[in-house]
Amino acid sequence: MSAPALADVTLLASSSIEFNVSGVVDQFWRLTVEGLTYGSIYALVAVGYTLVYGVLRLINFAHSEVFMLGMFGQLVGLMVFGFAASGDVYSQGVALTIVYLALAMVFGMLVSGVAAVGLERVAYRPLRKRGAKPLIFLITAIGMSFVLQEFVHYVLPKLTGNKLGGLNAQQPITLVRPSEQFTLFDAPVTNIALVIVGAAVALALITELLINKTKFGRSIRAVAQDPDTATLMGVSRERVIMLTFLIGGVLAGAAALLYTLKIPNGIIYNGGFILGIKAFSAAVLGGIGNLRGALLGGLLLGLAEDYGQILFGTQWRDVVAFVVLVGVLMVRPTGILGESLGRARA
Amino acid sequence: MTDMARSPRTPHKGILPPAWKQDFGPEAPRGRGIGDGIRNWWAGLTRPAQWAVGVPIILVLAIIPLYPPPLLDTPGTSFGGVMAQFAMYALIAIGLNVVVGQAGLLDLGYVGFYAVGAYTVGLLTSPNSPWNQTGGWLSPKWAWLLCVPIAILATAISGLILGTPTLRLRGDYLAIVTLGFGEIVRLLADNLPDITNGSLGLSRIQYPKLGESDSHAGGYFSSGNLGDKHTWNPLDHANSGTWWFWLGMVLVIIVLMFVGNLERSRVGRAWVAIREDEDAAEIMGVPTFKFKLWAFTIGAAIGGLSGALYAGQVQFINPQGFNVINSMLFLCAVVLGGQGNKLGVIVGAFLIVYLPNRFMSVNVGGQSLGDYKYLFFGLTLVVLMIFRPQGLFPARQKLLAYGRQVYRAVRRPAAAQATGAGQ
Repeated sequence: MSAPALADVTLLASSSIEFNVSGVVDQFWRLTVEGLTYGSIYALVAVGYTLVYGVLRLINFAHSEVFMLGMFGQLVGLMVFGFAASGDVYSQGVALTIVYLALAMVFGMLVSGVAAVGLERVAYRPLRKRGAKPLIFLITAIGMSFVLQEFVHYVLPKLTGNKLGGLNAQQPITLVRPSEQFTLFDAPVTNIALVIVGAAVALALITELLINKTKFGRSIRAVAQDPDTATLMGVSRERVIMLTFLIGGVLAGAAALLYTLKIPNGIIYNGGFILGIKAFSAAVLGGIGNLRGALLGGLLLGLAEDYGQILFGTQWRDVVAFVVLVGVLMVRPTGILGESLGRARA
Repeated sequence: MTDMARSPRTPHKGILPPAWKQDFGPEAPRGRGIGDGIRNWWAGLTRPAQWAVGVPIILVLAIIPLYPPPLLDTPGTSFGGVMAQFAMYALIAIGLNVVVGQAGLLDLGYVGFYAVGAYTVGLLTSPNSPWNQTGGWLSPKWAWLLCVPIAILATAISGLILGTPTLRLRGDYLAIVTLGFGEIVRLLADNLPDITNGSLGLSRIQYPKLGESDSHAGGYFSSGNLGDKHTWNPLDHANSGTWWFWLGMVLVIIVLMFVGNLERSRVGRAWVAIREDEDAAEIMGVPTFKFKLWAFTIGAAIGGLSGALYAGQVQFINPQGFNVINSMLFLCAVVLGGQGNKLGVIVGAFLIVYLPNRFMSVNVGGQSLGDYKYLFFGLTLVVLMIFRPQGLFPARQKLLAYGRQVYRAVRRPAAAQATGAGQ
């Protein structure tokens, strides 16, 4: 009785996981373009994790909710300036589209930045004052993550008369309609992909410059390297921590816009969760605490996921991301580039 | 090198937390509140006296779901069912407490073990599963009971498999890897439709077939058993939830005794040493990896037991029941109650299960208060962590070896005086 049943199962198992190698080879460039697009979004969110970790040695679990609030923020911003989800912005000319894009991004950055700084004030600063153990920080972060998600889930619809938040995704916002611009080795490259990768790389570069060339960038590095000595040298630790959260939040807000360009109906109360975990994976992959590592990790994770989902089947997309994370931590617990926000020289 | 040279003279600040030192210091204030009063009183009783007090309390607890007191009752749902869920969560909390509270390993993927336990039972006994063995070597009458040890074994093995490579990681990294593990288990259950029936889940899972008769078609544990309110006979009065609660209570007591003995053994002392300072423990000759793996595996096995209980009770499992949010809830129970304190985490589990069910029927602004449970849990966690990071019922350090004998010897001659040993 049991032997044939087991044989059946092995058959079934082999039918549910197939290795579609030819699919990956055929669609290599298309997958690469897609993977880089997702990867650059991960990278931007990952910078938020990596900066906070570099300075505070703390995984800010609620960062995914900062990102989610950014998505809602840009939606609110667009609503305030008369954008209707059904309205077709793109047909009214490039100039208006750019204005709307800029508006959405500014609002997303604003809300995310404020949310990140507020989070630090409300949840982490009291703990720091009491010298809590790292586990306590982590649990508070999880708690804040619950609070923010459930606020959008249940409380926001009450406050706005069911216009915002709630169980279902918001009306999709289509600011830019995808259209093919040119082909890269037969792979179509859309305007959206160009905007996403371009904006993400530009923002990452600006952040890198900010950290490495400016005065407060130097203070961030100083605190990351040795908080006590930095304080003795006249660096305000509290101010640096606030700045770190601000930069991370602002980048998450920008990533929120890029994400909604890619997935117009992704604005939902738990929309940040999986993306947050993946962005964190990206940060760990590249070496948490390391800015360039976050960028590299994001892009690599995006690529791995995209190749993986064709290789194993689309339903395994998230599994690929987690397996990559676990695998990298096994082999190299400090990530590909290692931890180095504190060690970077200027 | 310098640390090694200095260590004999400088005290290990990591191993002895301030509370412990305070208790032993001559100027330390004694008994800080009712919790410590009860703790001292309990520790002062002899073992038979402890049983004499404990057994009636357990009996009262067992009778409560038969005649739920009006204020405690849950209007929306069966109180017996809530208590059954509480027993299940209590098991989980005890298991997770071994990992988080005792050994200090942050496990955010505990729901993965719970799922492995539930799916082991489901896969072996549900007609939807290709691995269904009911009617083969599993007789339908004994199927659930036989599956429980298999589920425990399977979960312990999965704990070993996950722990062996990952326990080299520390703190936050371990948390993330276990989080990933929990998600992988759920995604596997969701995406292998040929085996696990995917998101449709496995239905008609076997449960203990006890007391089948004309009046109880599916036996006492069947979800169809609503209980006869008019009879005094507790066996017939109890509904299925109450029966599951009784079974759960028995398991909780067995697991508590098992874990308690472990705690007082070399293993438990090693766990505490690892939790307080892993490097120091390693240097003092504790094989930390081995004991961390022990904690992980034992915790996982208890989670698997609880999963098997869950699968039998609801007779239906699907991947949605095993998402990461549940892992966080389990952790909430442990942190809320007080990590490292077995009775504390049971109270934590009770609050986690009971409060949402209690408030489910209370409406505020057209929304059931039960819906806000995660919001309140989140707020509670944040507030609690800021003002009382050690939980509602914090664990006190006590002498783990010969604790009782030392305590009694020290306490008896000078009961009125301030000696805090063994507290």
